[in-house]
Amino acid sequence: MKLIFDKSMNGRTGFRIPELDVPKENIDKKYLRKELPNLPETYELEVIRHYDELEKLNHSVDKGFYPLGSCTMKYNPVLNEEIANWENFKFIHPYQEEETVQGNLQIMYELQNYLGELTGMDAVTLQPAAGAHGELTGMLIIKKYLETNGFKNKTKVIVPDSAHGTNPASAKMAGFEIVEVKSNINGTVDIEELKKIMTEDIAAIMLTNPNTLGIFEKDILEISKIAKSNNTLLYYDGANLNAIMGKVRPGDMGFDVVHLNLHKTLSTPHGMGGPGSGTVGVKEFLKDYLPKPIVEKSKEDKYFINYNIKHSIGRVRSFYGNFLVYLKAYIYILSMGSDGLKRASELAVLNANYMKKKMSEYMNMSHEGICKHEFVIDGSFLKEYGVKTLDIAKRLMDFDIHPPTVYFPLIVKEAMMIEPTETESKERLDIVIENFKTIVEEAKTNPDIIKKAPHNTKISRLNELKANKELNIKY
Amino acid sequence: MYPYLPHTDEDINKMLKTIGVNAIDDLYSDVPELLNRDLNIPNSISEINLKRSLREKASLNDNIRDFGCFRGGGIYNHYIPSIVYQIGAKRGFLTAYTPYQAEVSQGTLQIMYEFQTMISELTGLEVSNSSMYDGATSVAEAILMAGRINKKYKTLIANTIHPEYIEVCETYLKPQEFNLEKINYDKKTGKINITDLKNKINDEISSVVIGYPNFYGIIEDIEEIREIIPKNILLIVVSNPIMLGAFQSPGKLGADIVVGEGQPLGNAPGFGGPGFGFFSSKKEFIRNMPGRIIGKTIDDNGKEGFVMILQTREQHIRREKATSNICSNHAHNALLAAVYMSIMGRTGIKEIAMQNYHKSHYLYNKLIKTEKFEPVFEGTFFNEFALKSKISIDKINKKLHEQKYFGPLNLEKITGEKNIALFCATELNTKEEIDFICSFLEGII
Ligand SMILES: Cc1ncc(COP(=O)(O)O)c(C=O)c1O
Repeated sequence: MKLIFDKSMNGRTGFRIPELDVPKENIDKKYLRKELPNLPETYELEVIRHYDELEKLNHSVDKGFYPLGSCTMKYNPVLNEEIANWENFKFIHPYQEEETVQGNLQIMYELQNYLGELTGMDAVTLQPAAGAHGELTGMLIIKKYLETNGFKNKTKVIVPDSAHGTNPASAKMAGFEIVEVKSNINGTVDIEELKKIMTEDIAAIMLTNPNTLGIFEKDILEISKIAKSNNTLLYYDGANLNAIMGKVRPGDMGFDVVHLNLHKTLSTPHGMGGPGSGTVGVKEFLKDYLPKPIVEKSKEDKYFINYNIKHSIGRVRSFYGNFLVYLKAYIYILSMGSDGLKRASELAVLNANYMKKKMSEYMNMSHEGICKHEFVIDGSFLKEYGVKTLDIAKRLMDFDIHPPTVYFPLIVKEAMMIEPTETESKERLDIVIENFKTIVEEAKTNPDIIKKAPHNTKISRLNELKANKELNIKY
Repeated sequence: MYPYLPHTDEDINKMLKTIGVNAIDDLYSDVPELLNRDLNIPNSISEINLKRSLREKASLNDNIRDFGCFRGGGIYNHYIPSIVYQIGAKRGFLTAYTPYQAEVSQGTLQIMYEFQTMISELTGLEVSNSSMYDGATSVAEAILMAGRINKKYKTLIANTIHPEYIEVCETYLKPQEFNLEKINYDKKTGKINITDLKNKINDEISSVVIGYPNFYGIIEDIEEIREIIPKNILLIVVSNPIMLGAFQSPGKLGADIVVGEGQPLGNAPGFGGPGFGFFSSKKEFIRNMPGRIIGKTIDDNGKEGFVMILQTREQHIRREKATSNICSNHAHNALLAAVYMSIMGRTGIKEIAMQNYHKSHYLYNKLIKTEKFEPVFEGTFFNEFALKSKISIDKINKKLHEQKYFGPLNLEKITGEKNIALFCATELNTKEEIDFICSFLEGII
């Protein structure tokens, strides 16, 4: 499709600014650009049509099934969007006097409490801007706590081989060395192996539970015991909370620090890859290490922003986090309520198990038995037909299904990770299950159609090698 | 029933039967029973009641659309054309994720490619990524990137960078054992103190960070500073993208990395978030850049299309060896900026920049005439400026609030400086309201 720059015509503009109503001030020419930036010159209708066409080239949750495992592409209520667009939320300056933002501060305060309750944590910061940012914040809290309390020797963090790539990257940014722990044949952390690598210098273990295979770490209480006896903290990657809301809480399982991707479990939209919100909750003993500031309530029931946190790790971003994002999570929590959140988790798990069961009739699963909100297909059984997981992914597009997450987690060969979420109906699941079945049949009888897929999209398979070699990154 | 959940009792029963269990709880048999109560969160409520309750909360806020606004300090009150919201609300953008599958994400990918181009045009540098969390984290990541490039771990940062940005840099750099040292400013001009900079430069310095404009609105002489610092030290410039519509681009003046807060480009203040961080550099540094980058290529039929490139820098492949942990960025905010820049065009954004310059100077001159304020700096400024106030700034703001205005930022709360007010004017401040607040302030004692 034509770029907006190709649609540019000198002399057009999409916006008329009122005439300058004040006298002009002199300005030294040396400050001014000689050539204007090459921004497109177009007009309103052209811009509308341009983006309308582009929108059609995207798959989205609103358009169709989007079973992207680990990313929790649940429906994003339009109600949340409408309210987040109200002027009294959207057009608030961060440096307004506290008396003029009591509504926002109350929402932040209550949200901190709700998220604490949901995760079993005692204090929450809303500041981090995304999941990985929350991980970094959490690991910095752990680091500062250990250093302040005489555990300077603790320099390493254990991360399972099934973990999301952000986990090791974040721990590294916080100044830790990474120790990988291998998963056992059940797909969970190998306790014996864990015991072996639990040396004195281990600061923390980062876990996702249920893990990225969709399997609940059923030995979690034992893992927590092992960690506690070594003064090692437990970190919870909350990307997968959608499986367990109202059923069990990370805090009760022994976790000390949790981050939540509000753009997953709590339904704030992913927006093509952000903005997200990666709020972090901690147990009481870590409260004084949270990033500053935090919202508190005075004895007179006034909400205020507290910058005075004793051992704070400092600031992790400017102002107070992605307010307009977590406002949407707040609205979602209130609409669903404690009853609805629990129901959402139960149905997410029901949907995943239903699909897994039906699909295991014709596909190989990475692991048997019940799963939580997602499950992983081991696509290597298709090898004998010369078909790869990536080919299946591409063929799914022809059925208006967004491909599941592929080649993650890294420990499953030809992995394909499916997360239907609770907002898909049984009818939809049945259709998708049939579509998958058709594709597996095709793999056996007519593999070419799969290897050349997708056929119905505007663009077919792209040459990534060329893109990386020739680096064309701007007009 | 819940509006977002489709399952009927009949569906549930059929599904449980297929799975071969009796109840949903059987799917949780591997989970320890630790939470034997309901969550202490209110029960679900209807859309009607929810809106009532949120309206009540919203009414406890005052917004800068109903009130005139003379406050900046990192987040600015610019006009957002209606089209920006309308396009931003398109669900095909809002409810899509990271373009992991290029064939069904060409919309996202092309927008990001166009966005990268526009940011590069403004900054005058060859490569841009598709957004960062915010201005502050962009600066921190730029410093880390410089360290990866020249393998040195000491940075000089102007103490006229936004104080919250400096705090964020300190948080990010400490675990990397990266030293941050501040460069003083010249008390007369408000620009960086060149002698102090010269004295602090040595072989260990990885990068120098300056503002353009700085926190006090003052425009630095990038060329002069570039000449002073040796070639192998990287110059990082923190900029305001609106200013770059008319003023010289930092890249052309010798910056190696240009970053900043993108909120002024079509994004609402939102109580400070979300906006987005922009990030550009010279092409030779691209492999050390954090974040997602989109590139153009062709498909099997020779048709042009876009993909994510250089993913081997990123955490999902490189894990702990990645250039950064950033995964989700602020793509949707970058989209709003791209729409804003498309609609403004090169002449529109220039006009906005010039009006911000002229309006803020008009405000400045008028305020000085009230004799309630004295200049602090002589340097040329863009859209905001610091003044020494003879009256309590809190009092001024209280009085102005009664007149439905948000007055200047009291810097005591931000930098600790007493009686210094940071005023800001944009294209949204009319002559009428500037005249009004100035004559109003004249009458205050
Ligand atoms: C398991 C897991 N952890 C962490 C993250 C990182 O979150 P974000 O992309 O918001 O930084 C993700 C999502 O990409 C994830 O799936």
